[in-house]
Order: sequence, then structure tokens, then C-alpha cells
Amino acid sequence: MNEDVVRVLAPQVLGVLVRRGNDFAAAEDAVQDALLEAYRSWGDAPPGEPLGWLLTVAGRKLIDARRSEAARRRREDTLNHEPEPGPAEQADDTLLLLFLCCHPALSPASAIALTLRAVGGLTTREIADAFLVPESTMAQRISRAKRTVSGQPFVQPSDVAVVLRVLYLMFNEGYSGRVDLSAEAIRLTRQLARACDEPEVAGLLALMLLHHARRAARTDEHGSLIPLDKQDRTRWNEAEIAEGVGILQAALARDRRGEYQLQAAIAALHDGARTAEETDWTQILAWYDELLDLTDSPVAALSRAVAVGEVDGPFAGLSAVEKLAARLGDHHRLDAVRARLHERAGHLDVAAEHYHRAAARARNTAERDYLTKQAARLRHESRAGEGRRAGAAPAVRQAPHGHRQAATVLT
Amino acid sequence: MPKYLLLKRYTGGPEHHPNFVPMSEWTEDEITAHMAFQRHVGELLRKRGEFVDVQALSPEGTYVRYGGPGAAPVTTDGPFPETKELAAGWFMIDVESEARAYEVAAYLSSAPGKGGQPLYEWIEVRPVMSGAPAAVE
Repeated sequence: MNEDVVRVLAPQVLGVLVRRGNDFAAAEDAVQDALLEAYRSWGDAPPGEPLGWLLTVAGRKLIDARRSEAARRRREDTLNHEPEPGPAEQADDTLLLLFLCCHPALSPASAIALTLRAVGGLTTREIADAFLVPESTMAQRISRAKRTVSGQPFVQPSDVAVVLRVLYLMFNEGYSGRVDLSAEAIRLTRQLARACDEPEVAGLLALMLLHHARRAARTDEHGSLIPLDKQDRTRWNEAEIAEGVGILQAALARDRRGEYQLQAAIAALHDGARTAEETDWTQILAWYDELLDLTDSPVAALSRAVAVGEVDGPFAGLSAVEKLAARLGDHHRLDAVRARLHERAGHLDVAAEHYHRAAARARNTAERDYLTKQAARLRHESRAGEGRRAGAAPAVRQAPHGHRQAATVLT
Repeated sequence: MPKYLLLKRYTGGPEHHPNFVPMSEWTEDEITAHMAFQRHVGELLRKRGEFVDVQALSPEGTYVRYGGPGAAPVTTDGPFPETKELAAGWFMIDVESEARAYEVAAYLSSAPGKGGQPLYEWIEVRPVMSGAPAAVE
């Protein structure tokens, strides 16, 4: 039995059942029952019309379930068997399912799990593997989520922002377990983009493609992170970049900008530079300004500070960072950006200290290892520099270069 | 979702709770009630889809280290640091937020002790690092 075929078909069957007005949790159970029967009876030879087969069986399971319930309640209910859905209806069904699975009543983590199961067609085992939790825990999480959305009156929401947020978070989970959640998120966003003609949907798809394109270059053979400016750009995926840029251009042309299109535009500028030196930081900074007008996100503002550092020099960057310090608290990226800017300003000791502090607060081992190595590299370079100076004229040691002092030197 | 280790140290923590009485001085029923509460917390976490792992550690242990080239491992069974350094066990949870982790830890700390009164045990909450960085650089 071809598992890929089943993975594509299962959400379609579920979508049809839900569109016909069936309760989500009951419909999902019926689809799972139908899949089990398919595994048992198809063997290596699936029926000629696998979708119709699954729909019929799932419909029958649903009726069975209702009848046993009806027997209790002395109520009879039957399903109308409609013709199989055409492509347009399939797209609508995907949309409907996504809205249901990403319902605002669910936490993002529950929405992601339910979406992977009901729309992505992943098994509970696979989703549990992806999040490194026991299968029984994931089963509980999904079943709670199903109960939550089952109780919700279904209304077609007017904007897709909630769905996009869930897909964005799913993409960002990356590849920590055995399942590639970034690839899943791209697949689902593609489906959404086919069904929903919104520039921000296209923007998110472009953003994902433009970041995913760099994945092979992001880590070395030991799994260590390689920062953007050190990546081997010949390893970037040209096809994904071209596709992402095309989708983005079409979206931007419609002149209804949103945060995903703007982030994608920034990613596209990085992807378009053949070397780190060719990066068009002035344009990137302009896009960040527009992004901040729209979102006022402190994390985006921190990335903007990096761009300021590239365009106007490290001291300007540092002064932009310090304006954010109160809002970002002890976020590890704040220190990582300070470190980067201090290094560019030649303050190796201060940069090393900031890298060290960023490493201590990083929440994933890949970033921690990277930051720790940067601190070690700078300490080493700083000592080597002192050694060279020791033989020459008495080195003028700069006063302890706190960033504020450093920033005022130039003003 | 981030994972957190909720480390149980019984007597350890920033300060001793004034009402702390060692378990050796509890009645059998008080100990039973305490253990039942631990299982109850585990059940609750499982139902909510937040459970990852629970383990209790034996208080007995051995220090072991590399003995050098060709030498046997060096071991010692004492003296261990004070009891407060020892972890008695842990829950590992996978939750929505740090706030939720604190909520679970505080609940765990309310486990009944002597006289059925809350233990007020300090629970050390440590974030577990994920392996992979976010996909968006």
C-alpha cells in the first residue's frame, strides 16, 4: 500500500466529511478507521478509485458510529452520499480543515499537532517523534485538540492570519526529530496558497522557500551552525530561490503588503547576493523599516539593528540595539547582536563577553555551541593581539569599552 | 513547545521551609498520600498531553571518573556533598510556556507532607535545550 497516496487522500476524505456537516472528531475517527481497513485489505493493489473507496468506507464508519449512538438516543440519522469532490471542492475542503485545525481556541502547539495529523496526514507516532515526546502524550494532545474544535461552532474566518501563524511556527520547528516539519509546513502552505488567493499566503510560502533554500549550507559536517555571511552560497538551492522570488514578486505587485511578504523580501535580498559582501544592506534596511512600521516587533527591530550596523557602521548599530535593551530583557539574541557589532568595532574582549553571555542563555544546543565557539575565537584573537603589542610601544589600552561609551566616541 | 525538567530535591533549595520534617518521621498514611499525589501529577500531565518522563533516583550513588591511560576507572562512594545537593527525582514536561512550567512546579510543590500539609518543597525548574535552531535565520 502506497503510504504517500494515503497521506494525500486522508485529509481530502476528512475535508469532504467535515464539509458535509459532520462533527470533526467523529469524522477524524471514521477516517482513521477507514485507513486501518485500507491497510488490511488493499495489500499491494489499491483499488482503481482509492479516494472513492476511502470516502465510502469512512462514510459507512461514520454511519455505524452514529447508528450505535442513535440506538442509544433512539434517533436515526443517515448520511447523504454526494458525488466525489472535484478539484475546486478539494481546495475548499483543505481550507476548511486548516481553519478548523488552526482554530484560535487552540494553543499553537495543539494547532500544529492537529494540523499535522488531520491535514498533513502524519501518524501520531510521527508527530510524537517530531516533537520528541512519548506517543501517548501526543495522542492525548491531539485528542484534546479535537474535542476543543468539535465544540466550536464553525464559521469561515475572514482572515487567514491565525492559520499563517501556525504554519510559520511549524516551519520554524525545523528538523529536530525524525520528521522534517519545515518540509511539511511548505507542503501545507502550498495547499493553502492554491485554495486561498491572499498576498500574505504567497508571502509566507515565499519566505519559507527562501529560507529553506539555504538549509544545506547552514550546518557543517559536524552539525555546527554556519552564519549567513560564512555560508557556501553555491550550496543554496537555486530552484527554491527562483520559485520563492517569483511568488514574492507576484504577491508584492498586488500592493497589499504584510509581515510575511516583507520578511520574504529581506530573505530574497540575502539569497540574491552571490557573496556576503555583495549584500544590498541599504535595501534590506529599508524593508526592515517598513516591517517595523507594520509590526513593531522587538525581534524584528533587533535584526534591523544588524542592518543599521552594516549600513551606518557598528556604533550606529550598537546605539540602535541599546534602545531595544529594555524591551528585549535578557533575550540571548540581544547579546549575540551586541557581540557581532562590538567585534566589527574592534572591541574583541567586549564582543567575547557578549558572545559568552548569549551562549549561557541560548535555548538550543546548535546556537549555544556556535556562540561559545565565537567567544573562544575572540578571546584567542584578543590574546594574540596583546602578545603582539607587548613587544612594541606601550599599548594604549582602551578604557573598558562599554557600548555606551563606544557609541559616544563618534557622536 | 519547550521542555522543562522539574527537579525534586526535597530538602534543597534557596532556603528550608520552616515546617519541613524528614519523611522518616511521617506516618505510613502520610507517605502513601504523598506518593499518591506524585502519581496524580503524572496522570494529570498525561491527560493534558504535557508528560515526557518521570524518574526517581536512588539516594545511593557512586562517583566514577576516568583513571588515566590503561588504568581502571576511579570510584568513590563518599563522602557525597550534603543531601541538599542530591536530586531525588524529576518530571520532564513539554508545555506551552515557562509560565505553565512554573504552574506545574508550584502544584508539584504542594504535595502533602507531614500532617497532610503542603510540603512547600523547592522545585528546580530547568529549561531543556532543543537540538535544532529555528528554521528562519
